[in-house]
Amino acid sequence: MTTAQATDTVDQQADFDAVVSAEGRIEPRDWMPDAYRATLVRQIAQHAHSEIIGMQPEANWITRAPSLRRKAILMAKVQDEAGHGLYLYGAAETLDVDRGELLDKLHAGRQRYSSIFNYPTLTWADVGAIGWLVDGAAITNQVPLCRCSYGPYARAMVRICKEESFHQRQGYELLHALSHGTPAQHAMAQDAVDRWWWPSLMMFGPPDDESSHSEQSMAWRIKRHSNDELRQRFVDICVPQAESLGLALPDPDLRWNEERGTHDFGEIDWSEFQQVLRGNGPCNEQRLDQRRTAHENGAWVREAAAAHAAKHSARTSDDAVSGTATGEGAMAG
Amino acid sequence: MNGATSTEGPLWEVFVRSRRGLSHTHAGSLHAPDATMALRNARDLYTRRGEGVSIWVVPATAVIASSPDEKDPFFDPAADKAYRHPTFYEIPEGVKHL
Repeated sequence: MTTAQATDTVDQQADFDAVVSAEGRIEPRDWMPDAYRATLVRQIAQHAHSEIIGMQPEANWITRAPSLRRKAILMAKVQDEAGHGLYLYGAAETLDVDRGELLDKLHAGRQRYSSIFNYPTLTWADVGAIGWLVDGAAITNQVPLCRCSYGPYARAMVRICKEESFHQRQGYELLHALSHGTPAQHAMAQDAVDRWWWPSLMMFGPPDDESSHSEQSMAWRIKRHSNDELRQRFVDICVPQAESLGLALPDPDLRWNEERGTHDFGEIDWSEFQQVLRGNGPCNEQRLDQRRTAHENGAWVREAAAAHAAKHSARTSDDAVSGTATGEGAMAG
Repeated sequence: MNGATSTEGPLWEVFVRSRRGLSHTHAGSLHAPDATMALRNARDLYTRRGEGVSIWVVPATAVIASSPDEKDPFFDPAADKAYRHPTFYEIPEGVKHL
């Protein structure tokens, strides 16, 4: 028996390896190595948490948006972030974890979200800088994830990337308007870029030689490019965009390197990154508190909806989903 | 597809018809306490940009799936029947509309 089981596992591992190396996709009910599953749960959960925590710094400005147009845009964007969180929690749940459990872990500080959201949004221009730089960095990170070896995660990323493009463009437009506005508006835009540039570069994670999960994730084709590679790509994308904005990137060492065909840029202050990661960023406590409070404040809504559903299903016990559980013919149109 | 009922209601699978003339396609899943809420949540989650003209929601537990473990024997009967494909047949050159 033991030999048979061992052979089974070897076969399953071989099947898994074959699918991954042939650029196939692993689907929820396929056999997968435990460590692959655990890595995906950790990564997707962190990603989902980042989306919903990321609603906070921007929602902070909804009531103070300078025009109805900007307010409508910002509300749509914050709603998208909630949606992205839900796509990703959905993808995580295909790995046999429960969303409630993941939220509990977030609230208890046992699972992380991107450290970028521990910085405050001090002015309206920060909304633009987040769209341009933070969402821009996220897109650079996420486009390769559309080809991730795990099907549900890849599919969620396709959807998210399509929507992120609006996020980035609205931020860029916002900064462009400020930069070409009054001197005070220009200064506000420059100040926002000064504060968000370096944290955005940190979003790609630690340098390659210190990145603990990278190598295995690349082998599993969860990850396609190294942290430093993606960071470099992002810098090269941003330099000409900053020029069009008429804003400077706050790095005296930033310059084109003819030989490498890419930009050199300054040293990142990784001690700051480590501090924020350890919970000592400007807003760590506030973000988690607000998330817990929002969750608690929503409890009565979830309870009421559940009570209503229970009552309704008791009344029509024959079929709780009457009228919808029919075939193609009945639902046509 | 996880059929477990979490504290946030059962899981529903969402299918969206993107426009008339096309069939519903699986878009993803969501939690909702009942079918009505599932439909509303599906609208908010999967059709924020006009991606659909019709939505189905199906309790995840109602989906019966073939098992990936049996994929070879289960789909084997189709594997050796190349003659079901039009390209199996050799047709003299120059014959048209065939």
